[in-house]
This record gives sequence, structure tokens and C-alpha cells, in this order.
Amino acid sequence: MDGQSKPVLTARNIGVRRGERWIIRHLSFSIVPKKLVHLVGANGAGKSTCMKAILGLTPIDEGTVERKPALEVGYVPQRLAVSPTMPLSMRRMVKLTGDFSDDAVDAALATVKLERLGDPPVTTLSGGELQRLLLARALIHKPDLLILDEPAQGIDVAGADLLHQLVEDVRVQFDCGILMSSHDARMALEGGTDVDLVMLVPHEHDDSDLDNAG
Amino acid sequence: MLDDFLVRALLAGIGLALVTGPIGCFVVWRRMAYFGETIAHSALLGVALALLANVHLSIGIFATACIVVVVMFFVEQQGTLPSDTVLGVLAHGGLALGLVVLSFFPRFQVDLHALLFGDILVVSRSDLAMIWLGGAAVLAVLWRIWRPLVATTVNRDLAAVAGLQPERARLLFGFLVAAVVAVAIKIVGVLLIVALLVIPAATVRRFAANPENMALSAAAAGVLAVVGGLTASAWLDTPSGPTIVLATLLLFVLTRLRRMPRP
Repeated sequence: MDGQSKPVLTARNIGVRRGERWIIRHLSFSIVPKKLVHLVGANGAGKSTCMKAILGLTPIDEGTVERKPALEVGYVPQRLAVSPTMPLSMRRMVKLTGDFSDDAVDAALATVKLERLGDPPVTTLSGGELQRLLLARALIHKPDLLILDEPAQGIDVAGADLLHQLVEDVRVQFDCGILMSSHDARMALEGGTDVDLVMLVPHEHDDSDLDNAG
Repeated sequence: MLDDFLVRALLAGIGLALVTGPIGCFVVWRRMAYFGETIAHSALLGVALALLANVHLSIGIFATACIVVVVMFFVEQQGTLPSDTVLGVLAHGGLALGLVVLSFFPRFQVDLHALLFGDILVVSRSDLAMIWLGGAAVLAVLWRIWRPLVATTVNRDLAAVAGLQPERARLLFGFLVAAVVAVAIKIVGVLLIVALLVIPAATVRRFAANPENMALSAAAAGVLAVVGGLTASAWLDTPSGPTIVLATLLLFVLTRLRRMPRP
């Protein structure tokens, strides 16, 4: 199908500046359905800034971000600390940003293999379980574009493997493009043929700088 | 029946508690207790302005509180000063300015004691109408912004990406707190209003599994404390506002006595 190959989002030469310093610059990539784009870079290379720019949470100072009309974005933030004063059960969390039927919640939780847990408070979940729950919350919106900010950070190896397997399942089963950041290039390189790699390097993305360095 | 001052006091207190319960939950979740204090402190300036402009006290208080809310909103967005510093400046600047302005007009004969601690026993029929109509309006707006406000309380970015306009919800919620303070002054006063926001919510936290049932139980706990506190104050001849607050405190302590089994 022709519609399948059309990008859901295209970033052209985007840059974000803080004062004099460019956090990211000259960054271009596009995301098509069923494709995983890996954003790889060390801490401080601007991965989160790039994601926030793509999400429209941070204004961009240069370049353009072109989104498919009526683009539905599912976002899995890097860290989410629910305040202990806030009662929030697992099923309520899935419905945080929209009203959905019990069946839809069941299906979303089953996709991330959390269906057998019942409905515990979010604060009692492990790091890996919480990330999967956040993935379910994003998936219930049937996103065209799924954005995960270092989903495996601070999670044990088994939990991280399960999470990456789930993301791969989502890529195959759902008709959505995926943008995922990581500071670990190895994981990204193992991803196979449907994976694009965007490397970010933590220095000033300025041509004059390159000259100086050379 | 409304001729009886105790009946009017009860109706006023119950109407207030139904609103402070759910609003207070957000004050607790969003760590806005000091924000509430600041709004309450600014109320004294509102009283002075209301007397000068010759309008109902609650209108003056609401208008002043809304200005404080807007100032806070923009200063917080700038992010150059920590918000508790800004609140400290606004709270005490507003309070001092209010007291000084009031001192210029001795003919107003403001009952400062009643403003600070409230006097639920002199609630008039028009006060009662103000509390129930204002309270209904506050709850109606809260109902409309419930999902965005809960979502942004959990995570601002998630709410923003979902198109729930978190900044709009945050500003509207500030106005709701301003409205609650404006209608509550008469009953518990400037110094005690935050207690009615924070204590019922804190009391029911451990029994609630979701934001929705915590809000409803906080309203219920508030009503219970108002009825108990007013009855006690009539029996013991103690000041009504502080006695109501003591009743909420008693509920809070009672629910803390037994350890909850961990789920």
C-alpha cells in the first residue's frame, strides 16, 4: 500500500539552542509506519531535547518538523515518579489521558503482559512493570507514532529484554512508527534491517567547531 | 428553618466542605499548601480593596486572589526564582499591604479577628447563597477540567502530548483555589482555610485507590468534621472555626492510629 510507506513524521535539519549553545543541530530523519528509529548518544548528547522537540514540548530554533495530519502520538517518558500522596491504580493509569472501556484497558494491559497483576497501586510496581504500564497507556491511544525516551534505563537486564521484545512486537503488530532513544548503541545495532540509527554526539554542532577540532 | 443561626452555620459549613475536599486533594497532590496560604494571606488586601470599592467582601477577595494567581502563573513559567520564594514575597507583601491600607480607614471598623479566624455563626442568607452558588460553580469547573488536571498532576508532558492543555488546567485550578478562599473566609478565616483544604485530603489518602474516590471521601470527611466541630463548638462554647479545624485534626489522628495492612 502506498499509505504505508508515507512518513508519519519528518524532521528536517532541526536545531535547539540554549542561549549560545546548540543542544542539537543539523538533525534530519523521518519515521515511517512499522519502522524503528533509534536515537543513540551518550548522556548529554541531546536525546531528551530531540524527543521534546519532536513532541512539540520544546520549541525548535531551526529547521522544520513535519507531522502527518491528525497524528496520534504515544509518549513513554523517561522517568515518571508518582507522588505518594496521589492514589493511582494500574488500570486508572492506563486511562490517564483518555476515557476507555474496560475491554480496551484489558487489551492494552495484555499487550504489555501485565494482565495478571490485578489492579495494584502504581507505586508498588517495579521499574520494568511501570515502564510496561506506561507503554500500555501510550498504546491504548492507537498511536501512529510511538516515542520512548530511554525506556530501559535503570531496569534490570531481564526487564529490559522483555521491554525491547514488546517494542519489537508493537512494531510488527501495530501500524505505527517508533522513535526510541538509548545510550547503548549495541542494542540498536542488533535490531535488524527495519531499524534506522541516528547518532547524536555531545559537542557543539557548529561547523566552525569542527574546523577548530580538526 | 433558615432563621436559626445554627442551621445556617451548618449549611454554610457543609457547603464549604463539599468543595474544599476535592480541591484540597489537588492542593495535596500538587504540593500547593503554601500556594493556598499565599492566596489566603492576600485575602486581607482583598478585604481592604472591597471596602474601598464598596463591593461584597468575597468579590474583593476573589479579584485580589486572581491577580496573585496570574502573577504566580507567569513567574513560575519564567522559572527564574523558586516558587516558594515567590509565594513568600506575595503572601507577606499582600498581607502587610492589606493591613496598612486598612489602617488608613479606621471608620471601616473591620473585625480583624473575624477575618483571621472566621465567624461561622454570623453567616447571613446572602453569605449562604454565595457559598452554595460559588461552591457549585467551582465544582462544575473542576468537573470540566478533571481529566487534564489529574493527568498534568501525574506528568505534565504526558498531558501536553495528549493535547490536554496542562497550562490552561493549571491556571484555571488557581482561580478555583481563589474562589474557595473567597467564599471560605467568613467561615474559617484567613489563617485556617488551608487546614480545610489539606487535612481532609490527607486523612482519606490511605483509604483511596484512585483520585476520584479520594476526592469524594475527602468531601465526606470534611462534612463529618464540620458537623462534629460545629456541634462541639455549640456545646463547649468554643470559637467555631478553630473547633471545626480541630475536628478535622481529630479525624486525621484517629485514622492514623491503626496501621493499614499493606496491599
